[in-house]
Formats: sequence, C-alpha cells, structure tokens
Amino acid sequence: MNRLLPAIVNRLVIIIPYAWLLVFFLIPFVIVLRISLSEAAIAMPPYLPVFAWADGLSGFIDNIRQFSFDNYVWLTEDALYTNAYLSSLTIALISTALTLLIAYPIAYGMAKAPATLRPTLLMLVILPFWTSFLIRVYAWIAILKPEGLLNQLLLSVGLISEPLIILNTNTAIYIGIVYSYLPFMVLPLYSTLEKMDHSLTEAAQDLGCTPISAFWRITFPLSLPGVVAGCLLVFIPAVGEFVIPDLLGGSETLMIGKTLWNEFNANRDWPVSSAVAAILLMILVVPIMFFQNAQSRLDREGR
Amino acid sequence: MNRWSRFNIASIVIGFAFLYLPIVLLVVFSFNASKLVTVWAGFSTQWYGQLFRNQALMDAAWVTVRVGLLSATVATVLGTLAALAMTRYQRFHGRVLFSGMIYAPLVMPEVITGLSMLLLFVAIGFDRGFWTLTIAHITFTMCFVAVVIQSRLASFDRSIEEAALDLGATPTATFFQVTLPVIAPAVFSGWVLAFTLSLDDLVISSFTSGPGATTLPMKIYSQVRLGVTPEINAACTILIGIVATGVLITSIVSRRQQIQRERDERAAFAAG
Amino acid sequence: MKSLGSIRRSFSPWTDPSSKPFISFRNVTKRFGDFVAVDDLSLDIYTREFHALLGASGCGKSTLLRMLAGFEQPTSGEIILDGQNLAGIPPYRRPVNMMFQSYALFPHMTVETNIAFGLKQDGMPKPAIAERVTQMLKLVKMEQFAKRKPHQLSGGQRQRVALARSLAKQPKVLLLDEPLGALDKKLREETQFELMDLQQDLGLTFVVVTHDQEEAMTMADRIAVMAHGKVIQVATPAEIYEAPNSRFVADFIGDVNIFDGTVSRAQASEIRIEADAGFAIEAASSEHPSEGAKAGFAIRPEKIRVGRQVPAGSPVNAAEGELWDIAYLGDMTVYHVKLNSGKVVKASSLNAVRAVEDPLGYDQKVWISFDRDAGVVLKD
Repeated sequence: MNRLLPAIVNRLVIIIPYAWLLVFFLIPFVIVLRISLSEAAIAMPPYLPVFAWADGLSGFIDNIRQFSFDNYVWLTEDALYTNAYLSSLTIALISTALTLLIAYPIAYGMAKAPATLRPTLLMLVILPFWTSFLIRVYAWIAILKPEGLLNQLLLSVGLISEPLIILNTNTAIYIGIVYSYLPFMVLPLYSTLEKMDHSLTEAAQDLGCTPISAFWRITFPLSLPGVVAGCLLVFIPAVGEFVIPDLLGGSETLMIGKTLWNEFNANRDWPVSSAVAAILLMILVVPIMFFQNAQSRLDREGR
Repeated sequence: MNRWSRFNIASIVIGFAFLYLPIVLLVVFSFNASKLVTVWAGFSTQWYGQLFRNQALMDAAWVTVRVGLLSATVATVLGTLAALAMTRYQRFHGRVLFSGMIYAPLVMPEVITGLSMLLLFVAIGFDRGFWTLTIAHITFTMCFVAVVIQSRLASFDRSIEEAALDLGATPTATFFQVTLPVIAPAVFSGWVLAFTLSLDDLVISSFTSGPGATTLPMKIYSQVRLGVTPEINAACTILIGIVATGVLITSIVSRRQQIQRERDERAAFAAG
Repeated sequence: MKSLGSIRRSFSPWTDPSSKPFISFRNVTKRFGDFVAVDDLSLDIYTREFHALLGASGCGKSTLLRMLAGFEQPTSGEIILDGQNLAGIPPYRRPVNMMFQSYALFPHMTVETNIAFGLKQDGMPKPAIAERVTQMLKLVKMEQFAKRKPHQLSGGQRQRVALARSLAKQPKVLLLDEPLGALDKKLREETQFELMDLQQDLGLTFVVVTHDQEEAMTMADRIAVMAHGKVIQVATPAEIYEAPNSRFVADFIGDVNIFDGTVSRAQASEIRIEADAGFAIEAASSEHPSEGAKAGFAIRPEKIRVGRQVPAGSPVNAAEGELWDIAYLGDMTVYHVKLNSGKVVKASSLNAVRAVEDPLGYDQKVWISFDRDAGVVLKD
C-alpha cells in the first residue's frame, strides 16, 4: 500500500489553516512593511514604486533600491504622531487598570456565588460580548451627551446644577473602553478564581491571617495568571482602538487607531498609514507574544 | 468564609447594571415617539416601520447576513482544522509561528488587520467587494473558532478515538463517526461566535469591502456620525434581539441537556 | 479462594516444549525520548491463556499492551501474533480488541450502537449485526439497557458494555487495561469471577494489565511481574507467591520477611545460611550459591510459627525475641516479633480455634521457628 498518501492527508489538517493564515494574515504584514517604505503618489494604488511581477528579479532589486525610510523619518519628526502613540499607550494603560479594578470584584463575586447560579452569571457576562461593539459604544452617546440621560438624572436629583461635559472627552473614552472590554477582563479572572481551592484561604485564616490579608497573600497572587491574561486582552486592542475614540472622544483626543484611519481614508496616504501601522505593530509585538505565552500556558493547564 | 457576602452580591449587581443599562436604554428609546433619543415622548413603533422602508439599510443587512453565513461556515471548517493541528500535533515545523497566527488576531487592533488585508488585496489586484469582505471575515473569525474548539479538544478523552481504531474504524471514519459528533456542540458554538463576530464587525469590513458591499455596521456607523436617531436605535435593537435570542436559546438548550444528563447520571449511579 | 482461577483446570502449555506461543514479544524495546518504557523484553503468551501483566505504574505494562493493540510502535524488536509479524499494521487492521481502563464508550451512541460499532466498520450485514449485538447484550446481561446512553449507566454497567463491545468482533485476543480499576471492591470481586468464566467459555486469549496483585493472582493463569520495562518473573500465581525468583518479586507480591546472611554450607539440596539476625537457616533450595557468598532467605509471615517454648532444633531455623506488636484481625492474628538482634519479623497465624486460653501478650519473650522448606533462598 502507498503509505505516503495518508501521511499527506494527515498533514493537510495543519497545512490548510496554516497556509490560509500565512497568505491572509502574515503576508499582509509584510506588504504593510513594504509599502511603508514607498512614496505616496496620485495613482491607483496610490504609492510608488509599484512592483510588477513581470519585471522579474531585476525589477524586484530595482524596486528595493527605491525603498526609503522617509515615512518613518516623517513620523518621528511630526509631534502629532509621537503624541498619538504616547497618548494611545497612556489611555490604554489607564483604561486597563480601571477595567481590572472594576472587573475583579465582579469576577470574585461570581466565583463565590452558589454553584447553581454560576453558569447563569457566566452567560450574562458573555452575552454583551456577542452584541455589536459598535452598538454598545453607540448606546453611550445618548447617555453621556450634555442633554443626555446621565445629565438629566444628575440634574433632576440636584447633584449638579449644570450639565457635565463628558462626551467628546477622554473620560468618555475611558468609560467606553472599560465598558466594551469588561467581559474580556472578567472571564479570565473568573476562570482562575473559580478553580481556586477555597480551603487555601481557610488554611491561611486558620494560621492567623485576617480575611483581607488572606486575600492579598493567597487569593490575589494565585489569580495573577488570570490578571495577566485579562490585562493583555484589554490593553493590546485598546491601544489601536478606533471606534471608541471616534464616537466618544473629542477632536483633540489623539489615538493612533483614529490617526491611522484618517490618514488612510481622508488623506489617502497609504505609505504613511502603513508606516503608522508598522510602528504600532512593533510596539505591540512584545505584549502580543506575552499574551500568546500566557494563553498557551493556560491551555496546557486546562488539560 | 465561603459565604456569598453582601460585598460580593453588590459588586455583581452594580457590575451587571453597568453592563446592561446602556443596552436597555438603547432598546427603550427605539420605541420612543419623539425623534430625540434622550427625551421620552410616548411609545411608538414608527421607527421600525421606517427602518424596513429604508432600502439602503435593508440591502446592507442582506449583504451582512450573506457574508456572515458564508464566512462563519468556512471559518468553522478552518478553525476546526487549526484546533486539531494545535492539540493533536505537539511538534511540527513552525508550530510557534502557527500558534502565534492563531492567537494574535484575537487581540490585534482591527485597524492593523484591516489595513494589511486591504493592501494584500490591492497588491494582488483582487477587486474589493463581497469576496474580499468574506475572506477578511473568515481570517479573523477562524481564530476565535480555533480557540473555542481547542479548549474542547483539550479535555477530550483520546481513548474513545483509540477504541474506534481498535474496533476497526480507519482514522478518517474515526474522525467523522466519533470525534466530530462528540465535539459538535463546541463546533456549533464556534460557528455562532464566528457568525456574530462577522455580523458585528465594522473596522475590518470598512477596509476590505468595496462598492456594493456595504454591511449593516458600516451603514449604521455612517449614520451615527451624523447624529443619534431612533431609527438607528431600532436597527440596533433588532440586531441585539437576533443575537440575544440565538445565544439564549442555545445556552438554555445546552443547560437543559446538562441538567438532564446530571439527573440521568445520578439515577444510574443510584441504580448501581 | 484466592487461586481458584488457576487450579480449576489443568492448563500449562508453557511447560510443553512442542506447543507454539500465540503471541511473542521478541526483544521489544520502546523509547519515548530518553525514557525507556520497555527494555529489550521477550515474552510468550499461549492460546487460551489468561495472562496478567503486573507491575507498578510506569513499569511499561500499559505500553506493552498498547504496542500489541497497535497504538504504539516498538522502537526495536518484533511482535508476532499467530505467526504474523504485526510491524506496520495499524490498530484498525489487527485481530485484537481492547477494553479500555476508562471504558472509552462513545458518549453519543447508545449501548447497542456502541456494541455494533466494530461490526459496522467490518461491513457486516445489518441482520447479522443485530443478531450479534443481541447475543453480546445477553452475554453481559445488559439486554434491558440496549437503548441507553453511556451516561445513563452505572460504573459496573459501563464496564459490561465495554466488555461486550470489545468481544463483539470475536477477536483472537482480548486486551484488558486495568479492567476492574474503576469499580468498587465488592463489584470488583464479583466481576473477576465473571471475567474468568467468560474467558473459559469463549476460549479466548486474555492479556490483562493490572497493578492489583490480588486481581492478577485471582484471575490469571500466568503472571508476568514487570519493573523498569523488563519482565522479572513469568510464572503461575502459586509459583510467583511460593517461589519468587528475586527479592523484587518476593517483596512485590504479598508480605515477606527476608533474612540476609552468608552461605556457610552449600550441598546438593540443602543450603545453610548464617543469618545476620543471629541464627542459622538450613533450607531446601534449588538455587546453589557458593560458600561464603551473600544470600537471602525469603519467608512468608504465615509460614513462621510463634510460641513460648524453645522449638526443637534450636538454634537452627529458630530465633528468640519479644512480641512487639499484635494485630488481631479476626480470622487471623499478625505478630511483629523483635528478635534479639533487633530485626523485626512479621508472623501470622490463623485463629482456627475460638478463644485462645492463654493468648500471647505484649513484651513477652517468644520464639519464632519455621520448617526447612517454608521459604526460598534468593541469590544476591
């Protein structure tokens, strides 16, 4: 019998998804890098040099010769971009911390809930994740507007005398990010907290810890894998967030996702937006690798 | 000690209120008679009627559903293969890169994914439209599918596959008669997840779609930029309604099955 | 009770040089990376034999079974089944079937379809399948559960279904991986005898992997005691117990006392050992260590007598000590005697007579003694 054929069929399990991801996920990044080294042009596609397969190897080498780092130089010289990167990182960092602060008590409460109630609570946390991101962000516009529902409520109770300006500020962005990414933080936290052996904290208390110090010395350190996974799940996409700053943020809010979008759609400067994306990617490579590591470790432990 | 304290209950109640209140308000104001979405002026379903007369919106919805069905199905096949590759082959060339390509799209900012895919389509001269949109959706949703199925496969009892081989089933027969039926619930929820992700996506779609392939989120987005209107609230409510019913039904069914199963197990155990 | 399985019929093809083994492992080695799971192992198993592979976890017994089933390939060596070299034959083309430790029932199929699974793979016509399934259900007394799913069955019922499924294809050899491991003690004892009867009635060859020595002793015709990927001894349960070939086997099966010492006289059929515990042992032996060599003498607790009187023949095969511990177990009593040399010896005696008049008490001076053929000499 031909023993080679089953081996290849066997390998197709790997080859098909691998090839798909190579072509549609990895190679596009290479193209981004390559175009970030080109010059903008009024043409279609709007960049130069354009590589044509017909030119063959010599054309390819010629093509590489024309590469320039002008776009990167331009990005570093223009304070707009540097500020956008820095403020994206700051906003993402602060929102991640806020999300953790809000998500932890929720996850902790869920893990301590009666076992019969837990599946329902879990489903309720997951449910918003299935509804559109755009819709969830949109819902906040009506709430945060100067004449919006929040201000109406606060005014009617008499807590404030004139409307708060929240929409189109960074506060609105924080609210938007915390709200949209909360399930991403709650889920990994819950899964580490739920697996935790309750007798550990009991043992700590038996040995003289107060409930609060038992929490900080036992529960929290043991939940760190969940904290790390949750923070990365929030931080990484938040850095490049576009919808939230676009809909909730103001014109003065600089976030790199929005800058990239504008550069691409309004200015039609593909090489510069590619360079913006390339730098963003380089910033995020390290956290992404951390995430991948944390995730595969969790997967292995799950076995 | 392991009691559910007041603090625990309060954090859950407040947390869930925070999660659900905005959505509830959005739904409520879709039935507002006034054109303002912040002042209640009585109940009305006029915006829903207007919605269904909005041909552009209906066209977009149809595109969205078609892309969703097609991309979710292909993504489920690819994602299942990827999950099998990840769990069944501990060593192969480029495994690290492969798992990187599975996990990275889960957190990759959508602007990067969208832009890079657009540039690929332009570079190979692929006209943007329905098909580029579908390919882009397959690519980012298949990774979510892979992760869902992978976690099911991780707890899969391999000895039932060995039993099938031992009883004379070829590896292919074993996969289709034993493995696939057993992981089917995970495959199904992977499909539902892929479908809703595709239904909801705005950023990647905006980059990769072309003329004639405007999706519902793109349409909603362009209208939201012009201002908040009850009509959009109505559109959002319908979307939420579809997704929520789907998710609720599947989770209630699976919960029922699980309860029934636990009851059976107890009964069998008691019977000895 | 214990060795009922082995004495109820006379079956010993391994003593007949003209009989050919049905399964042969020939110098089989299996490595996983640096770890050697099975180390240059050779073993013969005969038709209709109930053969147990006994050892602690990690000794290679399961790997051996999985190589026979085809889930693992030997790194070197060969496995012959009924004259056919199994190398390169995938599990689904081997005439052996396996009963898994976890039972591995297909959770999405009923009892019936589970049992029919293997027959369907063979393309057996439907009426024949139905007939065979009915027959199998009857065999394991599960007729009324045919339509149930595995999760609706108790542990014992699942075990029977797994057994029926693995027998349905009428394999030449049935492999059983810890078949009773998941059952509670009472059910396990009942099932042991059922398995033995079944094997006898169907005339099959059974290879069972177990870590439970009592299970192996009860069921098997022969036991292969394994450690570190090697077979240490292959023999009938009685031989393994009464004539272990090594300290490892003596120690592994049941309770044993081992007296170390130096051989002072080695004659044709008798060995004298000056025990380190301060007395002389004279024993019948088939082993013949040379004079002056180190040797051990292994003796089971129930073969040691404990009494107040100085035994005849003292100080040969007898030693003085004090009673250190007494455990009254109802049917028997276990004594721990601390000899004058400090060595603690375990002895047990059946309480054949009700209410002993003058029972032995703690800290009393006692003598232990044993017969010259009560133990085995072990070469170092």
